[in-house]
Amino acid sequence: MAENKRIDEATGTSTVGHEWDGIEELDTPMPRWWLWTFYATIVWGIGYVILYPAWPLVNSATEGVLKWTSRGQLEQELAADAQRRAPVVSAIATTPVASLPGKPELMQAAVQGGAAAFRVHCVQCHGAGGAGVPNLYPSLTDDDWLWGGDLDSIEYTITHGIRNPDHGETHFSLMPAFGRDGMLDSAQVADVVSHVRVISGQEKPSRASTRGAELYEANCAVCHGPAGEGGREFGAPKLTDAIWLYGGDRASITAMVDNPRNGVMPRWGGRLDPVTIKMLAAYVYSLGGGEALAPALAAAGEGQGADGQQ
Amino acid sequence: MDSLVFKAGGWLALALVALLAAAVAVDAPFAVHMLIAAAACLIALWATVSRADYGALARGLLKMPADEGVYDDDPIRWGVIATVFWGLAGLAVGLIVALQLAFPALNLNLEYTTFGRLRPLHTSAVIFAFGGNALIATSFYVVQRTCRARLAFPTLARFVFWGYQLFIVLAATGYLMGVTQSKEYAEPEWHVDLWLTIVWVVYLVVFVGTLVKRKEPHIYVANWFYLSFIITIAMLHIVNNLAIPVSIVGSKSYIAFAGVQDALTQWWYGHNAVAFFLTVPFLAMMYYFVPKQAERPIYSYRLSILHFWSLIFLYIWAGPHHLHYTALPDWAQTLGMVFSIILWMPSWGGMINGLMTLNGAWDKIRTDPIIRMMVMALAFYGMATFEGPMLSIKAVNSLSHYTDWTIGHVHAGALGWNGMIIFASVYYLVPRLWGKQRLYSLRMVNWHFWLATIGIVFYAAAMWVAGIMQGLMWREYGADGYLVYSFVETVAAMHPMYLIRAAGGALYLAGFVIMIVNIWATLAGKVREEKPMTETPYNAAADRPIVAQPAE
Repeated sequence: MAENKRIDEATGTSTVGHEWDGIEELDTPMPRWWLWTFYATIVWGIGYVILYPAWPLVNSATEGVLKWTSRGQLEQELAADAQRRAPVVSAIATTPVASLPGKPELMQAAVQGGAAAFRVHCVQCHGAGGAGVPNLYPSLTDDDWLWGGDLDSIEYTITHGIRNPDHGETHFSLMPAFGRDGMLDSAQVADVVSHVRVISGQEKPSRASTRGAELYEANCAVCHGPAGEGGREFGAPKLTDAIWLYGGDRASITAMVDNPRNGVMPRWGGRLDPVTIKMLAAYVYSLGGGEALAPALAAAGEGQGADGQQ
Repeated sequence: MDSLVFKAGGWLALALVALLAAAVAVDAPFAVHMLIAAAACLIALWATVSRADYGALARGLLKMPADEGVYDDDPIRWGVIATVFWGLAGLAVGLIVALQLAFPALNLNLEYTTFGRLRPLHTSAVIFAFGGNALIATSFYVVQRTCRARLAFPTLARFVFWGYQLFIVLAATGYLMGVTQSKEYAEPEWHVDLWLTIVWVVYLVVFVGTLVKRKEPHIYVANWFYLSFIITIAMLHIVNNLAIPVSIVGSKSYIAFAGVQDALTQWWYGHNAVAFFLTVPFLAMMYYFVPKQAERPIYSYRLSILHFWSLIFLYIWAGPHHLHYTALPDWAQTLGMVFSIILWMPSWGGMINGLMTLNGAWDKIRTDPIIRMMVMALAFYGMATFEGPMLSIKAVNSLSHYTDWTIGHVHAGALGWNGMIIFASVYYLVPRLWGKQRLYSLRMVNWHFWLATIGIVFYAAAMWVAGIMQGLMWREYGADGYLVYSFVETVAAMHPMYLIRAAGGALYLAGFVIMIVNIWATLAGKVREEKPMTETPYNAAADRPIVAQPAE
């Protein structure tokens, strides 16, 4: 082997003396910077495993000189954050939600906290910024409220949800399936739809809508109101404006009269703490449609959509 | 004749068993897989019957033993073609999934083409089909040349090639039909895993058999790397896929491990798939093809020994860094991070040995696009093996983990290191395997080099930006101490980066198509008329004899 050693001309280094399919190897020493960096990482590694939990034992592992644990670090960070937020949280906890607008700084903090919670828990249905999803989930940015748009009502809706079958305090109502259950025949449904489209300004009055007005009076007015102004007691939407949760064209309204959707929303009372729910209520209230707005906040430019109706 | 009847009958019997399994299968995908297996047996039967030398059989002649004086290159030629074929499939699916991320409508609302099914199709196609075929083919090529011995067990070597292709087809069709273990890089179900185990053990037998037959006194460094790859992948594959099938004729199984033990086993496997599939055997390719193409000796024998042993010892412990800040106990996270960082220099040992082998031949970077690809591969290898230890540091990982930074890191390694070294090796192999004067076109190799390089830069840069942006957005707190962004806002913010990534992938795929044209033309025996890559240097002043001056 040694007899095959030769000096490589280009580098002036000796070869090791092996050869495979024409490939030789030089006997270059390992680069010093490489070796020393390798040693340095080993030394660093030894130091690190002394400082931090590292070696498994029978029932646990070495704890490390620093006694650091990832759970301990998380607890510290959470405690520090809780301490930082404590004054605001306790102030909100002791303030009824309806009085929040009277304390602009507290309201501001609640709106910020609510916005963060909204991004985690609510955007999936109500969309970023509460814009809603057409024909599926209501927008929270307008003043068209199904179950009420003042702070107390919003807090109640978030806490107890809508149509939770296993919860007594939830908002509950069921619009009858007039078409599916044969309460109205298809011609009658068409007439009622014509009437609804007339009062919402989408059609001119016709003979059908006149017939529909009578049917409306008998079947719909009890919840939606004689003039279609809606009834929040039952979550019955206003029918005279241009805002339609499930679509305002003839086909969509017909579908709703035939077989209504009766949408649901989870209740958050058991899942979120009361302060977070208050913050969420404040945030939703501030999106544009909050009702019975405090003058101080209106002046601050928040919630210009308030129309004062009660 | 008896042996021919026996072989043909055996294939027929296997086909019938597979058909029977298809008939009693409890789910449709398993039935489809058994039909594919039956079809494979029937093809083998047809090949056995149609290729038999009936004249020789009739005259009672014994089969001529293979000529030990030439290398057994048929499986390598098939392997090179399979590498190119699966490479095209894998890269094309990669481009499709990249576009699906930017434009979800491209999921086509069909279960078979959803991202969730195409994504493992992409990763398995590029790693196991493209990379795996390149590794099997080059390992058979290199082990024969550096042992100066013909491949041991030629029939088994052919079984390895065709068996591996069957594994790929079963895995890929399984993904499309929704059959998955939901383990990253180990998605195929139990029956496909068992088949791969058989193929892999046979692969080990062929490789070790050839090493044993060697005519050289020592085993070349490339073969150390190939051998550790074959042995370790067998171990990783078997342990991580330990499972109990629900039915012996059904595709569903349950993994033997649960909870955090399963997670740790999976990432012990997953990280070492990167180590022992995408690093170690590719270094073996580097150790053969770089010195051959550069016609230079390996830079340092001592470095090759130290970095080989330190690399394979340290890599196997680094897996827990995939589970930082999870239910995994702190001590395991610490060890995963520490071993990852100590791994930095052993990884770089391979890069140094590759790059410094060009000592005395650096000018070839200018004149030889294949050397250029090798240098770029080693540069990306060095970059990815620096980035890896850096990402394993817990503080960095808390920002980078679950973001697209990881995707960028993987692709810098996969496109830059694995892809480039495969391209270079294939360009080296094709003229030699098919006995051609040279490649059809060196200039097209150069085009491939630049398209691939620019593609990687677009890809990696886009993913770095996307990943760091996403990580920072997730942890962004407003003045009041609340998170500023929702998850969906980070997704929307990454849309432009996703477009740039897809553009980078398209460039990389375009370079690959040029490679296919080049190889196709080379195999067809064409040689392109083109300007050489370099002008022949000529110094007229020096180009004359020294005439002795008369003494004054």
